[in-house]
Amino acid sequence: MFKKILIANRGEIAVRIIRACRELGIATVAVYSDVDRAALHVRKSDEAYSIGPAAAAESYLRMDKILDVAKRSGSEAIHPGYGFLSENAKFAQACADAGVKFIGPTPHSMEMMGSKTRARQEMEKAGVPFVPGTSRGLTSPEEGEEVAERVGYPVMLKAAAGGGGKGMRLVHTRQELRSALESAQSEAQRSFGDSEVYIEKAIVNPRHIEMQVLADEHGHTVWLGERECSIQRRHQKVLEESPSAIVDPDMRRRMGEVAVKVAKAANYTNAGTVEFLVDQQKNFYFLEMNTRLQVEHPVTELTTGLDLVHLQIRIAAGEKLPFAQCDVEIRGHAIECRIYAEDPDNNYFPSPGKITLLLVPSGPGIRRDSGMYEGWNVPMDYDPLLAKLIGYGTDRQQAIMRLQRALYEYFVAGIKTNISLFQRILCDADFQAGKFDTGYLDRLLAEGDPAVTSGAPEREIEALETIAAIAAGMFAVLDPASPVSKNGDTGGPASVPSNWKQKGRSEALR
Amino acid sequence: MIYEVIVGGKPHRLELEKAAGGWECRLDGLSIHIDALVPRRDVLSLLVDGRAYEIKREQTATDLHMWVGSSRFAVELHDPRSLRSRQKSAGDEMGPRKILAPMPGRVVRLLVAENSAVEAGQGIVVVEAMKMQNEIKSPKKGVVKKILATPGAAVNPGDVLAIVE
Repeated sequence: MFKKILIANRGEIAVRIIRACRELGIATVAVYSDVDRAALHVRKSDEAYSIGPAAAAESYLRMDKILDVAKRSGSEAIHPGYGFLSENAKFAQACADAGVKFIGPTPHSMEMMGSKTRARQEMEKAGVPFVPGTSRGLTSPEEGEEVAERVGYPVMLKAAAGGGGKGMRLVHTRQELRSALESAQSEAQRSFGDSEVYIEKAIVNPRHIEMQVLADEHGHTVWLGERECSIQRRHQKVLEESPSAIVDPDMRRRMGEVAVKVAKAANYTNAGTVEFLVDQQKNFYFLEMNTRLQVEHPVTELTTGLDLVHLQIRIAAGEKLPFAQCDVEIRGHAIECRIYAEDPDNNYFPSPGKITLLLVPSGPGIRRDSGMYEGWNVPMDYDPLLAKLIGYGTDRQQAIMRLQRALYEYFVAGIKTNISLFQRILCDADFQAGKFDTGYLDRLLAEGDPAVTSGAPEREIEALETIAAIAAGMFAVLDPASPVSKNGDTGGPASVPSNWKQKGRSEALR
Repeated sequence: MIYEVIVGGKPHRLELEKAAGGWECRLDGLSIHIDALVPRRDVLSLLVDGRAYEIKREQTATDLHMWVGSSRFAVELHDPRSLRSRQKSAGDEMGPRKILAPMPGRVVRLLVAENSAVEAGQGIVVVEAMKMQNEIKSPKKGVVKKILATPGAAVNPGDVLAIVE
């Protein structure tokens, strides 16, 4: 087993990995950028090293700096978390060259799955079902028109290097295709430096369901059940659950077997996720494989009773999987809410800043993976994910009720969060009935202001207004020294120099 | 203590007086006995006739909010004897309005020039944070008196970006 692991990440996932290491008796090394000196992962690790300015390209994406820290600290392995360098085959190769174990698949598997067209070609060979279309980039608009005619409109144009909805276009008619292809190609070029775009039949109102797999380095591969990820806002996952309301044991087994086939075709090792699109007849199609630990891995941990990060580390250390497929049992139901620093009243715009008050939920069936704390200044430079709140119950209904209770207890002041969004989703009749697809949340939000639509009785609101009025006065009497962060106060003297630096840099960059 | 409290746009007169076992509270002339405790900063435990409430206080760069359960109320608190607080609130309604940065970020570009006429809701400045761009809009119809934001500069919540009159 490793004695020391470097965590090449930040935020809640870095904290989660540090916790796993501590449980296994492994020392941890954190890396941090200038604006993350006060971040929770730096406080929780055994060692921590600065790797440069706020911009990720200058710090968390710098392979050379991270490998240098690994060498200096004597780290034997690197856990990349998700995002940043986690799916970068060059980084995995650089780790191997430096004699540091990369906790994840081999560079070869990552390369194969990194390009969507290349993955489709391999899966075609392996006989895995995927959405009809091309497995190579389009060479001309005419070719696109011909394929679209063959598979039938509507069709989806997708960037081969894509992700997060970038370089993606839904096309309903032949007339739209040419201009959609041009804009998808230029967006793909801008976002990924690669203009390759392919075409596939658009599945109308699909569900997005993925399967967790785990493979050791001795040829054993298992599946650990599905995650329902259809609740998305603009192609970004917001809430995930396991199991899916529409997957029965037979479908689960079939999806699991296909996922294992995909992993084996890629010679896959460590934890990975095979994503499927599911149509209204419950046919499932291979979409892509994510070659990393997923944000939503906790729902699988709760329903299987396994610790995926422990297992990732054990597999990387050369151990065999300690169980077989027949030992995997799915029990109960888990739902995860991604708590983002974003403002529901302002079109979910990111909301960084200082957390002035934080009240956190706990109690039965509640797990909270968090990277924030009261008094912390959420930097503006990274992804707005603050924490994940996961509810577990005997069944789906109990998991929902526990989450509703926990969300009622959760309170974050100073910055805006999307906590109210989950209160809205969890009490929605269609969600409770399990009736939704990937377009569900955007439709729900288009319905308008929840305060107006929910229509709480006038009298109830008036009664609460009375309480609010009395409370405002009582606060003024009992707690007059409001800790109001005045303009420019960014949380104490420690953060002042970095602000200066940041300003200087942004000016120097212009 | 006497306060003028505005909740949801409605003004109330609130009187609070220490009494045996709590506080005597008169809201718009109606008398209620309450028990109030601040267990920690910004959190108030309020007992009213056996009903228990936990209220959280949030002060943003621009507003004061009271959270009762999951419901948020915008609140203004004035001391009616203080002339200054009245003048301030009147000035906010009628005169020049400051446009404040709602969150830390970086000014990307200006959408209008000084002295140009703008409509209520028209974008004035674009501020970027967490890789998203946000248009900061004018709260009223008028003329952009002054622009203090400069493209490329970092801003903190509450910083004045522009003034519309």
